[in-house]
Amino acid sequence: MPLLKSLAARKDDLSKPANQLKFLSNGIFREEELPLFKDKIAESGNYPLKPKKLEILQLNLGYMCNQVCSHCHVDAGPDRKEIMTKETMQQCLEVIKTTGAHTLDLTGGAPEMNPNFRWFVEEASKAGIKDFIVRSNLTIILANKKYHDLPEFFRKHKVHVVSSLPFYKKEKTDKQRGSGVFDKSIKALQMLNAVGYAQEDSDLKLDLVYNPAGAFLPTNQQALEQDFKTALKEDFNIDFDNLFAITNLPISRFLEFLIASENYEDYMYALVEAYNPAAVENVMCTNTISISWDGWLYDCDFNQMLELKVDSKVQHISDYNEDLLNNREIRISQHCYGCTAGAGSSCQGSVA
Amino acid sequence: MSKTYYNPDDLRKFSKITEWNEDLGNKFFDYYGKVFEEGALSAREKSLIALAVSHVVQCPYCIDAYTKDGLQRGIEKEEMMEAVHVGAAIKGGATLVHGVQMMNKYEKLSM
Repeated sequence: MPLLKSLAARKDDLSKPANQLKFLSNGIFREEELPLFKDKIAESGNYPLKPKKLEILQLNLGYMCNQVCSHCHVDAGPDRKEIMTKETMQQCLEVIKTTGAHTLDLTGGAPEMNPNFRWFVEEASKAGIKDFIVRSNLTIILANKKYHDLPEFFRKHKVHVVSSLPFYKKEKTDKQRGSGVFDKSIKALQMLNAVGYAQEDSDLKLDLVYNPAGAFLPTNQQALEQDFKTALKEDFNIDFDNLFAITNLPISRFLEFLIASENYEDYMYALVEAYNPAAVENVMCTNTISISWDGWLYDCDFNQMLELKVDSKVQHISDYNEDLLNNREIRISQHCYGCTAGAGSSCQGSVA
Repeated sequence: MSKTYYNPDDLRKFSKITEWNEDLGNKFFDYYGKVFEEGALSAREKSLIALAVSHVVQCPYCIDAYTKDGLQRGIEKEEMMEAVHVGAAIKGGATLVHGVQMMNKYEKLSM
């Protein structure tokens, strides 16, 4: 069932990243029923995990969101007030101008809820980044009059929109993301199509993100994409470009669900059993730097939520140094099994 | 935990049957894997057949496994339940059709 409040607002023990990490290293892992992620990747010669060329700068503009999804690894929601300041955005802009990364990826929460979001997009888009991604939950477009023109704003700045839509049917989507979310998401997708997104001869890209609505792994991304394309076209005349299938990682509210539904052990077994060394080669932490709302640097969005800062002398955007960051070791724990199961999982979908 | 004949954790240990007879165990899993590949039937169709058969043979491990497999494939719960009804109809029909044998025998034995 959709939740009404974040873990943080409920003062739940799991709202503390240290407690999540402790949980992920105890029980079946401490008793050696399952191998630690570190030992597993050592078997395939991937330990320590080192970064490759930096390709993606991912910025979290804040944890505030108009939705409270039951699987959210950010623990985002209307009650979360953490938000990136203009000053931190300015520091990020300086980095964007000098970085070798070709992709800028804005996340949240709902990044559009940051009051300086539009200013930042305008400034950052001048930097000539090849791929400018905004991760939109779609419903924000309809949440308030002031957001209704977002599709037009995205079009103007040639933003690559990556939208969450856990399923092409109402029931599963609403169960995971809240009542009414599916209908609003459909309307928002139609609005994006109407301004030119995912249309023939258009360079405006609209991708969807699928993540399983429960304690199971995603199936083949291509097969799912075909199912989504057929259903959304037939039922709602909606077009999109690609579907990214993302595995739910056992942290934050999804971890809470796994524990409460007594699925945690089975889920971890499934992840470990599906471990794919080929996926390790391309996990997103090897080509990404994730920057939190308050300017700290992380190997990925999940490490950000677990407060595992980069293992480097430079840990804040104000000291950013790409050469030093390239020499770091990537920090890992058992949640990383989520990115290396099956075809692998990243913010851009399958990796193997 | 109360003792039962079926332990859900045993499903995770299925692959361990090879430990007591590697050759036959591996042959079974090779065959099993091949059966469920895309073929003249799609893997999705095979998953629904497997779910129906799981109910007919009343294998709780198989029911758990193919319910999860169906969810992963995006199979709707209505499709799953219809598959179970197909299995139930065949099983019910198979029981009932033996009624003809009963009728034949009855007639043969009766004066």
